[in-house]
Amino acid sequence: MPPDYVGKVVIDNLPLLLEGFWITIWLSILSSLISLVLGTVIGVARIVPFRPLRSFGTVYVEFFRNTPLLIQLFFFYHGLPRAGITFSAFESALWSLAIYHAAYVAEAVRAGIQSIHRGQMEAARSLGFSYLATMRYIILPQAFAIVIPPLGNLFIALLKNTSLASTIAVAELLYQGEVLDSRTFRTFEIFTAVGILYLCLTLPLGGFVNLVERRLARAGRGA
Amino acid sequence: MAPMISFRKVNKWFGSNHVLKDVTFDVVEGEVVVICGPSGSGKSTLIRCINRLEPIGNGELVVDGISVNDRKADINRLRQEIGIVFQSFNLFPHMTALENITLAPLKVRKMSKEEAEATGLRLLARVGMPEKANAYPAHLSGGQQQRVAIARALAMHPKIMLFDEPTSALDPEMIKEVLDAMKDLVKDGMTMVVVTHEMGFAREVSHRITFMDNGIIVEENTPAEFFANPRSERTKQFLSKILKH
Ligand SMILES: Nc1ncnc2c1ncn2[C@@H]1O[C@H](COP(=O)(O)OP(=O)(O)OP(=O)(O)O)[C@@H](O)[C@H]1O
Ligand SMILES: [Mg+2]
Repeated sequence: MPPDYVGKVVIDNLPLLLEGFWITIWLSILSSLISLVLGTVIGVARIVPFRPLRSFGTVYVEFFRNTPLLIQLFFFYHGLPRAGITFSAFESALWSLAIYHAAYVAEAVRAGIQSIHRGQMEAARSLGFSYLATMRYIILPQAFAIVIPPLGNLFIALLKNTSLASTIAVAELLYQGEVLDSRTFRTFEIFTAVGILYLCLTLPLGGFVNLVERRLARAGRGA
Repeated sequence: MAPMISFRKVNKWFGSNHVLKDVTFDVVEGEVVVICGPSGSGKSTLIRCINRLEPIGNGELVVDGISVNDRKADINRLRQEIGIVFQSFNLFPHMTALENITLAPLKVRKMSKEEAEATGLRLLARVGMPEKANAYPAHLSGGQQQRVAIARALAMHPKIMLFDEPTSALDPEMIKEVLDAMKDLVKDGMTMVVVTHEMGFAREVSHRITFMDNGIIVEENTPAEFFANPRSERTKQFLSKILKH
């Protein structure tokens, strides 16, 4: 084998790229979970029969959806320390990703809830369920079944957006690619490999979303 | 004996639309009252006020000794005593028939799983569909869904059962099975308020028929008198229309 073949730089430095790969996965999972919980709470807040909560939900969604994620990331990492609040690079990335995407989760959840027939709320309340218990047992399970496709697409977008964390030196996949590139100047091979590693995550995730969607349809639920 | 349900000069508006006008109306324990009247006359609104799905405008509404629209009333507690069956069934589509029936006993009444399921299965048998415990609503006919909805309401052991046109969305061949389940309740002495145009049911099992028009209770009478000697012109017109088919 020749001493320097195409892709050798990737093979030789695979452990470094995989280190970044795991951080990307970890960052994606954690911020997805947080954004799911936070977004659900805000999505519900947007429709409760209590004005101040609704207004809060609206302001949250409009603010975080309409400012660039990169700015929110810089705000956490560079801005907050000025106010005496310090987050590590990873924490800054985690929270800004979660908070930003929670706004989109909230919109999806709200749309899902509003697509559930009013009779469901009435039937549950008539049995003696409180508003929140009705949400928990009756409305949200049906709403989630409906919003699985949009949420799946959202988490795929989130996964790709974790690459922004490279700008504040979180050692995730793209960052490791950049480190390698500046060391070796084998730009084409390195970023091809980085792209393929992202695909290794996003494509199965997309397939999984499709599978769940079909399962739900088959169970005859949400009919 | 104090009535189970008591409306005193109740008024209700939707915006500027005056939907209930000085409604005064009582139902005593064990009584079966049928409400009929033309579309838009306020029948659904009246029945939905009883468990506060609709708040009243003014007047007094007392159910099972509790002033329904009182700020201090524990409405979730009161609703456990009032079953309601809707025209559109409103079963929970993500749950099986049995799960639909046991959910409230489990989560609201905090009943044990064994007890809730035993009760649920017994009620399913009572409405004539013991074999459908694990079926999802989407796989049940309209008549079957409505019978599950009745069982779901009964599982809370309510003191009152409300029915808002329970057979109006059903094909003719399924109406009987639902009416039979309701007649079974009458035999048990359940207090019932039933909005329906099933005059056979009204004549056969109700104790009293109330005719509503334009937000007003126009006439209340025993079934025999109601059909034989309707007092108001409006009732006569309505009856001639409805009894023709
Ligand atoms: N949620 C609502 N908002 C505004 N108006 C309403 C609402 N519900 C009912 N109404 C109006 O109140 C009036 C009485 O309606 P209601 O549904 O009580 O009549 P109904 O006797 O049950 O008629 P139907 O036989 O068609 O069911 C109608 O004019 C209706 O348009
Ligand atoms: Mg009606």
